[in-house]
Amino acid sequence: MSTSAKLPARRGLRPAHFVFLAWALLLAAMPFLADNYFVRLATFVAMYSALALSWNFIGGYTGYPSFATAAFVGLGSYTGAVLQNAGAPMVVAWVCATLFTGLVAALIGAAILRMKGHYFAVGSITLIEVLHQVASLWSSVTGGGEGLNVPILAGGPDFAGRVFLYAMLVTMLLVWAVTLWVDRSKLGFGLRCISQNEDAADMVGIQVNRYKTAAFTLSALFCGTVGAIYASWVSYISPSDAFSVLLTLKVPAMAMLGGLGTVYGPIVGAAAFVLMEETIWAHFLDYNQAILGVVIVLLILFLPGGFLKIDYRRLWRRPLPVRPAASVTAGGEKGDKAEKAAAPLATFAREGRS
Amino acid sequence: METYIQIIANGLMLGALYACIAVGFSLVWGVLNVINMLHGSFIVLGGYLAFFAWAQLGVSPFVMLFVVAAALFLLGFLIQYGAINRVVSKPVLLTLTLTFGLDLILYNFMNVVFEATPRRITLDLGSLGIGEVMLPYDRLLAMLLALAMTGILYWVLRSSRIGRAIVAVRMDRDAAALMGIRVNKVYAITFGISAMMAGACGALMAVVYPITTNTTGLLLGKAFTICVIGGLGSVPGALVGGLALGLIESFAGTWLGAQYAILIGSLLMLTLLMVRPTGLIGKRGYE
Repeated sequence: MSTSAKLPARRGLRPAHFVFLAWALLLAAMPFLADNYFVRLATFVAMYSALALSWNFIGGYTGYPSFATAAFVGLGSYTGAVLQNAGAPMVVAWVCATLFTGLVAALIGAAILRMKGHYFAVGSITLIEVLHQVASLWSSVTGGGEGLNVPILAGGPDFAGRVFLYAMLVTMLLVWAVTLWVDRSKLGFGLRCISQNEDAADMVGIQVNRYKTAAFTLSALFCGTVGAIYASWVSYISPSDAFSVLLTLKVPAMAMLGGLGTVYGPIVGAAAFVLMEETIWAHFLDYNQAILGVVIVLLILFLPGGFLKIDYRRLWRRPLPVRPAASVTAGGEKGDKAEKAAAPLATFAREGRS
Repeated sequence: METYIQIIANGLMLGALYACIAVGFSLVWGVLNVINMLHGSFIVLGGYLAFFAWAQLGVSPFVMLFVVAAALFLLGFLIQYGAINRVVSKPVLLTLTLTFGLDLILYNFMNVVFEATPRRITLDLGSLGIGEVMLPYDRLLAMLLALAMTGILYWVLRSSRIGRAIVAVRMDRDAAALMGIRVNKVYAITFGISAMMAGACGALMAVVYPITTNTTGLLLGKAFTICVIGGLGSVPGALVGGLALGLIESFAGTWLGAQYAILIGSLLMLTLLMVRPTGLIGKRGYE
């Protein structure tokens, strides 16, 4: 195949894989190493890693600014909860929730992926609002605003903690495996092309709509799993919890923190984010959201490429230019023409010297 | 028959406020190409400032309007100049996430300082009765002021020097820069005007509805919907969209129950986004 020549030449076993597997093993060993607090933490790390990896399909590889994560997490948690309440075994409910969420995402995706840029972003946020409203209003099925109780898993908190940790870990590994496959396959290649120039991708024969819908469905599929597992874990869901706008912001922020469109960026980002959340923010409960906001603002302004895109070797060799954006703003005060001329030159100078 | 007139009157009074909400949001989206997630918080901030000035100092909200407007203009100008200008030409993922992050900071700040209890300015001005139709004076006054502000903005964009500069940047950023317009400054002023409209509108809303930080997302959603109905970046579009949404919510609330109003609005918006993303009367430019 002619495209395979252009695929990333990262086919062999890379050290990153081993680091990741060691990390997954460490998370899996948590119940034997530490108390329930750390088990809960490990479950959150696995959960957010799975969500960030999922979002990466549409937001990272395809470059579509999707903010629909919470919509699919909520849909999955409601589907799982309703099925479990109807008497379905827990794991069956999870699988069905996954498939149902994927199906809904494929149908919705085929419709809303016709939009681009800002319109797509707004459309994907609206999706959360629509599902939120449906969940609040359709009270005969969803319990309305009062929420829905889910049967608590028998066997005590220790046992339940392990079950949900391993469920989230398996989900994370599944999404990771799918990401690896997409990263190396024709699909991933096509998605990267769409991200760079959708019209050109269409011209050279990539079936743009089919590829985008596939990416959107993949990004939703495991959100459904995570949602269903989460519903069983916390054993109570309500519309405002399940369709949380905050979640929909956190997940892309995690992926960006690590690095967009890479296999390991979202995992690094999710782990760093959850650990930061627990170590710093837990001490300032009143200012939780503000600190999240500050982290996001700093991330966007000073580290838009994420951890994995920093050139660490250059970091050692000589100090990074202090705030590269500052030179651009300084130019702006002398007039925009100067700034416009200075910006590419500054980039050129930085890139050229290294 | 009277009931229908009452529904329409309620819808129009609501719609005028909606138009005023959306016009600034639409301006920022059109000119800066940025979706400003801070907009809902700006509105609530304006409402809170007006409420506390009224409750503790006894200042009439219709006077406080101007103070709030000036304060929010400054806040918006500084936010744009200090933060958003740095990423303004980056992809929507970055700009939207940045304003989202800023919104979290402002929202958290308001929750801590003002607390989330709903507050409303009650003026008790009585109401104007025409037959069976009741038009409360405070709502009527809020509507008229909202329409007046929207009108002033329209005039500013059409006739003033800075307004023409904003329109020029909206049409072609690069050409405007070549003509000697300081694009970054125009961006900051545009964002300031948008925040100013939002704050003033919040002060008016506090007279009609209870203000709470919980409604920031809801108000933002309305701004989205109106922009999509009316089309981006035109004052008449925002006006038509706002009045249309007010009427739709008013009718949907009467026929189906108030709880369906948001769902109907969101579904309408998604449909319009897919079918006609330029809006019902959308067009380029501000002329």
